[in-house]
Amino acid sequence: MSGRWTWFNVTSVVLGFAFLYIPIILLVIYSFNESRLVTVWAGFSTRWYVEMFNNQGLMDAAWVTIRVALVSATVATVLGTLAALALVRYTRFAGRTLFTGMVYAPLVMPEVITGLSLLLLFVSINMDRGFWTVTLAHITFSLCFVAVVVQSRLVSFDMSLEEAAQDLGCTPFEAFWKVTLPVIFPAVISGWMLAFTLSLDDLVIASFTSGPGATTLPMKIYSQVRLGVTPEINAVCTILIGLVAIGVITATMVTKQRAVADARARQADPA
Amino acid sequence: MKSLGNVRRSFTPWADGAARPYIAFENVTKRFGDFTAVDDLTMHVYEREFFSLLGPSGCGKTTLLRMLAGFEEPTSGDILLDGQSLKGVPPHQRPVNMMFQSYALFPHLTVADNIAFGLKQEGMERGAVAERVDQMLKLVKLEQFARRKPHQLSGGQRQRVALARSVAKRPKLLLLDEPLGALDKKLREETQFELMDLQEQLGLTFMIVTHDQEEAMTMSDRIAVMDAGIVVQTGTPGEIYEAPNTRYVADFIGNVNMFEGRVTAIDDGLAEMETGDGFGIRAVAQPGVSAGQHAWFAIRPEKVDVTRRKPDQDQNAVEGEVWDIAYLGGLTVFNVRLDSGTIVKATVLNSERAVEDPIGYEERVWLSFDPDCGILLER
Repeated sequence: MSGRWTWFNVTSVVLGFAFLYIPIILLVIYSFNESRLVTVWAGFSTRWYVEMFNNQGLMDAAWVTIRVALVSATVATVLGTLAALALVRYTRFAGRTLFTGMVYAPLVMPEVITGLSLLLLFVSINMDRGFWTVTLAHITFSLCFVAVVVQSRLVSFDMSLEEAAQDLGCTPFEAFWKVTLPVIFPAVISGWMLAFTLSLDDLVIASFTSGPGATTLPMKIYSQVRLGVTPEINAVCTILIGLVAIGVITATMVTKQRAVADARARQADPA
Repeated sequence: MKSLGNVRRSFTPWADGAARPYIAFENVTKRFGDFTAVDDLTMHVYEREFFSLLGPSGCGKTTLLRMLAGFEEPTSGDILLDGQSLKGVPPHQRPVNMMFQSYALFPHLTVADNIAFGLKQEGMERGAVAERVDQMLKLVKLEQFARRKPHQLSGGQRQRVALARSVAKRPKLLLLDEPLGALDKKLREETQFELMDLQEQLGLTFMIVTHDQEEAMTMSDRIAVMDAGIVVQTGTPGEIYEAPNTRYVADFIGNVNMFEGRVTAIDDGLAEMETGDGFGIRAVAQPGVSAGQHAWFAIRPEKVDVTRRKPDQDQNAVEGEVWDIAYLGGLTVFNVRLDSGTIVKATVLNSERAVEDPIGYEERVWLSFDPDCGILLER
């Protein structure tokens, strides 16, 4: 492999990154704009950040979103992990193929349909729409993402680890709790993070299933944008981007640090 | 007294009719769907024995081990451990520990925590756990690796951690599933002796599964050779090697030359056989062989003499041409092609450094052997 930079390489890398990041960079820059008009630059200011924190509607929506995301990601992770366990472990129960298909279906189901069907369900059982209906809806669709992530880890999990734990005196449940769960924990965590982000930025399903008093941030942003984009929205988005970036960078660094530590330990004595 | 093969130690509880078996498989059958992994098997293993289950993959040896550990239940029959039936006893309540083929070390725990796992589970008090862990680390010579995680160890070190973990609880019976399978040859040979020492030191009963006949020969008090869910022969390494009871066993353990023919006469355990290779054999026969029946004569390559001159015997001698010579240092292997086309292997010990006028390729030679050097088999 030649590590040379050719003209073609440089151009494609620059164009690729430009395509991905110019919109985001513009959004961040304009969030520090002094002017009320989004597209006209009038000098640096943090005024929109202050205004954002004083905007009660926006803050309420953010709080609702975070609560929905926390609750739905946690419940979806527990249920999704259990589903993955069942699918990987019990390979010979009646209707396994059907069950597998049903767990995966929401992955490819158009969100509009998921949202509409959930709305019909909530209406027919006469459930008041609000925080809990949005949370339930989010659990429903993020559960399958968690199941997929955890399942892919479980497939490569060496079953003899659990047998070894039982051999050393664990009941089947203790073996799961003390060995299997710690080993698959990274997958469970990434499942949780996936569910959390999915819930955080969901607009379609939330619009169908929420009710008065449970407006999520994406819904709020969308409705405000229809009345014209304000730099305030840019500020909110910038903060969201910052949070996501911090999360991703921390996760990468933790993984990398561990790899480096392992390599060092192995080098320390090549026995 | 004559004995078959060299005896490793004078320990023969199986010959004592009054001895109570420590492990008893009584008519055990295990089926997986249509497949019969273990077929009506009865076998006894004695306390402090080093017992090997030897056979090709899929012969049911691992299934036997897993039934003892409790991961599989027999379809029918019973397994007794120290006189107690194991029926319905879950793995975590059996006084048995197992060393897994994959080692199954817990990747999220350090070496010390791996070894301590079973002890903590047992509710052993903290100080005692630490003491036992130190003791185990010393036993497997891994003291300076206590804080490592399994993935920071080499294959040989992992194997030793797995061993330490499985003996930490001081089980009376240790099951080992291909314990040396993942090690390279040199390390495997060293570890074989370590395992034997450990077994004697701790006074445990070892039951080991292997497909490596050399490994089984080296370590075991007794070997059970398995094929398709049944035990074909159980015996000391010497018995299995020198007096195999079937062609399958003779062929599975070590190298063997086989001649097919018809028994013409039998007298006091010595049978005469006419082979299809144009020479007569007079040899020790398996009990039950009778005149007129079809049989096979099995002889090990090191028991065949290679000479240029025709030996002074009409039977047990045949002429051929040297087809291949393999010099292995300690031994030289001659592949001699008989006029019938059969290739016969003969190994000659190189007890001297320089050989005068060595036998060369394409030379005509005579192969011969004594009547008690091989065995006549029915099957």
